[in-house]
Amino acid sequence: MAYLELDRVAKQFGAQTVVDDFSLAVGKGEFISFLGPSGCGKTTTLQMIAGFLDPTRGVIRLEGKDLTAIHPARRGLGIVFQSYALFPHMTAAENVAFGLEMRKVARAERSERVRAALAMVGLAGYEDRHPRRMSGGQQQRVALARALVIKPSVLLLDEPLSNLDAKLREEMQIELRQIQRTIDTTTILVTHDQNEAMSLSDRIVVMSQGRIEQIATPQETYERPASAFVSQFLGKTNDFAATIDRTSAPARLVAGSWSAPAPAGLSGPVTVSIRPERIGFADAGLTAKIVTRIFQGNHWLFQCESECGPAIVIRQNDGQSQPVEGEAVRLAWRPEDMSVRGASA
Amino acid sequence: MSTAAEERSARAPWVLTAPALMLFVGVLLIPLAMTVMLSFHDWGQYKGIEPVFILKNWREIATDPYYAEMFGRTFRIAILTTLLTAVLGAPEAYILNRMSGRWKSFFLLIILGPLLISVVARTLGWALLFGGNNGLVNKLLMSFGLIRSPIPFMFTETGMVVALAHVMMPFMVLSVWAALQRLDPQIENAALSLGARPMTIVRRIIMPQIMPGVLSGAIIVFSLSASAFATPAIIGGRRLKVAATLAYDEFLNTLDWPLGAAVATLLLAALVLIVVGSNALIERRYAEVFR
Ligand SMILES: Nc1ncnc2c1ncn2[C@@H]1O[C@H](COP(=O)(O)OP(=O)(O)OP(=O)(O)O)[C@@H](O)[C@H]1O
Ligand SMILES: [Mg+2]
Repeated sequence: MAYLELDRVAKQFGAQTVVDDFSLAVGKGEFISFLGPSGCGKTTTLQMIAGFLDPTRGVIRLEGKDLTAIHPARRGLGIVFQSYALFPHMTAAENVAFGLEMRKVARAERSERVRAALAMVGLAGYEDRHPRRMSGGQQQRVALARALVIKPSVLLLDEPLSNLDAKLREEMQIELRQIQRTIDTTTILVTHDQNEAMSLSDRIVVMSQGRIEQIATPQETYERPASAFVSQFLGKTNDFAATIDRTSAPARLVAGSWSAPAPAGLSGPVTVSIRPERIGFADAGLTAKIVTRIFQGNHWLFQCESECGPAIVIRQNDGQSQPVEGEAVRLAWRPEDMSVRGASA
Repeated sequence: MSTAAEERSARAPWVLTAPALMLFVGVLLIPLAMTVMLSFHDWGQYKGIEPVFILKNWREIATDPYYAEMFGRTFRIAILTTLLTAVLGAPEAYILNRMSGRWKSFFLLIILGPLLISVVARTLGWALLFGGNNGLVNKLLMSFGLIRSPIPFMFTETGMVVALAHVMMPFMVLSVWAALQRLDPQIENAALSLGARPMTIVRRIIMPQIMPGVLSGAIIVFSLSASAFATPAIIGGRRLKVAATLAYDEFLNTLDWPLGAAVATLLLAALVLIVVGSNALIERRYAEVFR
């Protein structure tokens, strides 16, 4: 049975539907990411779980119990806010202790747990600092410790890393994942950073305009995107218009001068999408011309003009000579590396 | 590098502020210095002001209990007014801040109202509301059995405190309001998610953070109330004087300018001391919140 369950949850502000038909089952200990562009309703969904907003429709259950009937102060969830929302007039230790105080934990146990929580996020020795005297990364850790020290049934993270610079963000991602693994807390992370979602989560919920586009593992969402939106949103991709040619037997899928045996159950115009790193230069295939060639250290990025429109190709910098700008090339890929969708998708 | 440019850039602030500085010196510092000097001059019914240096006025203020009573009343009224505005204004600002857009601006206008109304109309309005036996407030309180006889308003300290608190309220509300704007919008949700009840959130999370706002509002209200003239003049008249109305009377009725100047100087000095002192205390105490 699912640990945390959202059943056809919807939220309206006036006439505007911000979240609609949101169903998700989260297993115990699972790390889920809500991924989507700004304004797609990620925070709104998270706040409904937290209890700061009431769903217009639908039910949220935790261990089978209706969560919406429980006051937010009694839900026992740990939340890290985008702005951290630390209490500026309290020291780091007082911030972390606050939740325990509210739970009437005895003083001795309290200070022990506060110390342990701060040590876990790597802030031992910072007990008496005030938040305003800490760096963004340190504040973020205090916020995490404050949420974790109450042993929350679910940890909710609303873009906790978006205020950090790139390097610190990467460090914190690794740390966050390690902490989550050690204490094994069910976690929901809101982010609009696809790399963050992919590197941290067990499963990703891709959202667009208040609706779920896909729920799958990071690898699956990347390699088998359920919609054009998902494939565009998760990294670079090439979409080519193609047709299914039924005149030849067996039927073939044709995109310009590239073709392959057609997958079953499709006909007429379709869209094929291929990740740029799965396209190679070959003797036969889509005819194209290199427009720009960009060196990016461990790989080369080629922007090509092909017979099916613009195309991006990424090749590993494996020491072999690469085509130069203006050179005519043929693009080819393995049929199993592409995903084919009906023309409307 | 070039010292000339450095010199010029060091001079620039002085040059730029010179016009304002001259105005400041001309209309504030010079008259102020003259007032202080005046307080050491002599005065007599028939000889008028004599520009000599004597301590007569200061000795009179120091020894005559009349002046002690006057200053005592002035600061008592200012303190009570400050307390009243803090007790009513801080919750008012908090509630106002939680209102949605349209109501917020409507009530903000109501709070700013007293500043837009003439002090005479405002004060007499209060006088009418109390107005002996027939005043609305007194009738209401008596019909509830809260008071047995009507609360007198004119010529009382109660009246002054009520009328002053009304006009000082905007300063307190706006000051607390500004502190509330600095609050993280999610801070209450954060406390809520940690299991805090609404009253605990207000007491443990909101209050400590808006305290600097309350205190700086209190400084403004206190200094304005202690030096207020119009409201005490209308309500207290000649019968119930405060420092400001006393100085006025010495200047314009008794024509004893040196004594009036001494009273005014003492009021100013006391206020400056209190304001600067409490400001320093507040900044030290709330260094962590302000940083
Ligand atoms: N209280 C509210 N009243 C009306 N509309 C709201 C309210 N809160 C959010 N919205 C709207 O709901 C939509 C989704 O908001 P939400 O904050 O959930 O987006 P998000 O996915 O978290 O975006 P971001 O990545 O920018 O944080 C937005 O269009 C927003 O304008
Ligand atoms: Mg958001």
